[in-house]
Amino acid sequence: MNAKPDSTAPEQKGASVASEIDQLRVIGRPLDGKVPEVDPRDAWTDRKLHYNLVNPNNRRKFKIIVVGTGLSGAGAAAALGELGYDVEVFSFHDMPRRAHSIAAQGGINSPRARKVDNDSIDRFVKDTVKGGDFRGREEDAYRLGEEGIRVINHMQAIGAAFARDYGGQLATRSFGGVQVSRTYYTRGQTGQQLELAAAHALSRQVAAGTCKLHSRQEMLDLIVKDGRAQGIVVRDLVTGKVRALTAHAVVLCTGGYGNVYYKATLAKNSNATAIWRAYKRGAYFANPCFVQIHPTALPLMSKWQSKKTLMSESLRNDGRIWAPRKKKDDRDPNTIPEAERFYFLEERYPAFGNLVPRDVASRNIRERIDAGYGVGPLHNAVYLDFRTGIERLGVKLIRERYSNLFNMYEELTGEDPYKTPMRITPSVHFTMGGLWTDYDQMTSIPGLFIGGEASWAYHGANRLGANSLLSCCVDGWFTLPYAVPNYLAGLLGQEPLALDDQAVQDTLKGVQDGIDHLLNIGGSHGADHFYEKLGAIMDRYASVSRDPEGLATAIGLIRELRQEFWRDLKVVGSADRLNQELETAGRVADYLELAELLCIDALDRDESAGAHFRTDHEIGGEAKRNDEDWCFCSAWEYPGAVSAKPIRNFEPLTFRAVPLQQRNYK
Amino acid sequence: MRLILEVWRQDGPDAEGSFETHEITDATPEMSLLELLDRLNHQLVENDLDPVAFESDCREGICGTCGLDVNGNPHGPEDNVPACGQHVRSFSDGQTVRFTPFRAKSFPVLRDLIVDRTGLDRIIQAGGTISVDAGTAPDADTLLVTHDDAERALDFAACIGCGACVSACPNGAAYLFTGAKLAHLALIPHGKEERARRARSVIAQMQSEFGPCSQIGECALACPAEIPLVAIAVVNRERLRAGFKKGKPN
Ligand SMILES: Cc1cc2nc3c(=O)[nH]c(=O)nc-3n(C[C@H](O)[C@H](O)[C@H](O)COP(=O)(O)OP(=O)(O)OC[C@H]3O[C@@H](n4cnc5c(N)ncnc54)[C@H](O)[C@@H]3O)c2cc1C
Ligand code: SF4
Ligand code: FES
Repeated sequence: MNAKPDSTAPEQKGASVASEIDQLRVIGRPLDGKVPEVDPRDAWTDRKLHYNLVNPNNRRKFKIIVVGTGLSGAGAAAALGELGYDVEVFSFHDMPRRAHSIAAQGGINSPRARKVDNDSIDRFVKDTVKGGDFRGREEDAYRLGEEGIRVINHMQAIGAAFARDYGGQLATRSFGGVQVSRTYYTRGQTGQQLELAAAHALSRQVAAGTCKLHSRQEMLDLIVKDGRAQGIVVRDLVTGKVRALTAHAVVLCTGGYGNVYYKATLAKNSNATAIWRAYKRGAYFANPCFVQIHPTALPLMSKWQSKKTLMSESLRNDGRIWAPRKKKDDRDPNTIPEAERFYFLEERYPAFGNLVPRDVASRNIRERIDAGYGVGPLHNAVYLDFRTGIERLGVKLIRERYSNLFNMYEELTGEDPYKTPMRITPSVHFTMGGLWTDYDQMTSIPGLFIGGEASWAYHGANRLGANSLLSCCVDGWFTLPYAVPNYLAGLLGQEPLALDDQAVQDTLKGVQDGIDHLLNIGGSHGADHFYEKLGAIMDRYASVSRDPEGLATAIGLIRELRQEFWRDLKVVGSADRLNQELETAGRVADYLELAELLCIDALDRDESAGAHFRTDHEIGGEAKRNDEDWCFCSAWEYPGAVSAKPIRNFEPLTFRAVPLQQRNYK
Repeated sequence: MRLILEVWRQDGPDAEGSFETHEITDATPEMSLLELLDRLNHQLVENDLDPVAFESDCREGICGTCGLDVNGNPHGPEDNVPACGQHVRSFSDGQTVRFTPFRAKSFPVLRDLIVDRTGLDRIIQAGGTISVDAGTAPDADTLLVTHDDAERALDFAACIGCGACVSACPNGAAYLFTGAKLAHLALIPHGKEERARRARSVIAQMQSEFGPCSQIGECALACPAEIPLVAIAVVNRERLRAGFKKGKPN
């Protein structure tokens, strides 16, 4: 058995869906994930054995573009530079270190299995695949576990000061829904330490001359010629100059698209432009509807609050989540008697209580808020209460465990969580979907590779806590440096595409026209006005729970909003200078298209899986998967025009090591 | 709340700059100072005026992208808090809040409140790194690091690279930033191997772009990562130590 299209599978997977969806999409063809036809445990070893190599003397003749300097991009660029390739690195930030990876808090998993808690690569794979609700590739998870062991050694060596036990060994903690302790960390700032180490390694290659750094440059299009990715078009964000750069291969490590929801836990500038424009050039977009919603973020308290800040998952270990039993109960929470508090997670899920997985917690919190039991000035939150924890463990211990988070909460809200329960709300946090890649991390456009959150790999329909930092590091340092050369080997002797090639000129002109178009609408509202409206639609219809009617409504509303955007947008200032309004406008234009595809995917996927919870597919409040019809990855193909129906191709998924089973947290 | 905003406007590195005054009438105490600027920009755009260029990204104090002076203080009135964590509640109704770009010769203004801080990155490129290639590291558990060394390394490694220390310093020195990096890397196993070599190249690069240190200490008050002031002494210690090492790498 292998993951190649299974001839016994129904021709039209998922064709049973209501006819409404047929108005919105076309069903395409089965895709080959190119997974090695061996035991999943041996897949990566087997594949590496078959990869072509490039002679060290020839490496500098190959130009590789890497977009992004987060954990995945900085790693890929540095590793390829160390090998001797000619790497051009792009980022819209002013310095590599600013990438959003720097904000990750909790930790990074690695199944090094040093303790006697019975961890192993097999167990890691089981946790990852089950956690992802069987909508990712098993073989990808094996590779992740296998290479994850080297990651810790490497990141430690290049500067990440991981927490140590008193004996001098690496410390670990357990994290998010697993029963072993495999999470490595540096206080509450693991992402920062990893990102700095990676950015430093990249800096070392910049000094060595193997990597050329192009900061404050935003990729606005992909150059495709003869069916291969051969370069990118970028805009210099300071001078406004638009130019093209060609290369033998392009690697996108541009992060997730969670900001399509307007206010999320992501950094404000994280965006989907690079992957969206690659999609429009022919790269398939996988499972856009798989979006993780974190249960414990700070709620919006005013219109101007810039984002929802993540409060770590770990707080649920000692905090109890509740909402008043009375609607719109504005009393001081400390005065609400025990009998009038509804500890809904503890009551509904006695076995896991407050520690149910992220999606279950988010859905239940949202249910309470939507039913009118929300608290806070905008009634958009529930309480996370540490009173019992403090009574049981004492203030001192609680302070030791959470002081940095409590301080952050107090800094942001002006309230003291030692005395008053925190107010928390679910927020979009991570996108499991992303550009479709085969086992070799190449998209449907040969020569275009993806690493990190921008890709669909590993996490299926739901990501386990601390698995993203791992996948970003693995992609950058330990898999792309094998896979990209395998592709390059076939191009030996070829020069990168000439800059005066028609394909380059056409792409450049397209970008220039796009910018002019945005500037010349001359409407009455800045891009943020439309962005905020989009966020409201997504939040309402495409969030923790989804239903077909709501999604259909959302699609209609998004289309209307998109028209309004192109009719009524105003961009102040010109294109030949630093212009943040213009930057935002371009990103919002892409979100307005991506949002529609996300909703179409959510409507099309006629089952619940992981974070994709459809109210018409549940069993006792739990997501009800349909493995018969939907055990595949949806890989959407751009039909050539925004107004045409996107084509849903599919890669069937087979599970050989971890048998399919339903989740149960009751 | 009503606040008067005086904002520095400048078209580019070589352009003349000037102050512009605006009024915000619906500020609220829980707003951050960057949200106050968001509010202002919204108002400007709705009135067809050019919004103020300023930088930020994570808005939670970790990326180091934000950075501007508020009434002359790097990041704002509260010590050891980045601009994105400073709040309107530090001001009273009717007060004037003056926003200017970070002030340092080595940070040229790109536009309005945005400066070019890549000089800090050039210090790192000069050798604030560790020479270990992917895949070659030994098992991290075989290299013992004491709990306290790991914690101390983290105290210094917490620098968010914002550049407030440079703006706070009357000389425009980057000692706090540089010392933090030298201290961080000197405390971890692989970092020790090229400690002297690193000190020489990094300090030389720092001196070529940034000012001298007269031990005033303003930097540590501004620093949002609370990098300890001893970091500036680390620069001198590492310089001396590297001198004794007479060209040896470690
Ligand atoms: C608050 C928070 C906490 C988290 N905590 C954890 C955790 O504890 N453990 C865990 O495993 N995961 C965590 N995650 C998830 C994890 O941090 C991210 O998934 C991961 O860091 C993404 O890294 P990346 O390399 O894919 O991209 P990013 O770090 O997002 O980097 C993207 C890069 O691409 C560049 N870029 C993007 N578009 C363009 C363009 N068009 N042109 C030029 N450059 C471009 C950017 O400049 C940037 O350099 C957390 C996420 C959040 C939001
Ligand atoms: S030392 Fe402090 S003030 Fe200076 S760059 Fe680092 S975090 Fe900013
Ligand atoms: S915006 Fe990231 S530190 Fe302020």
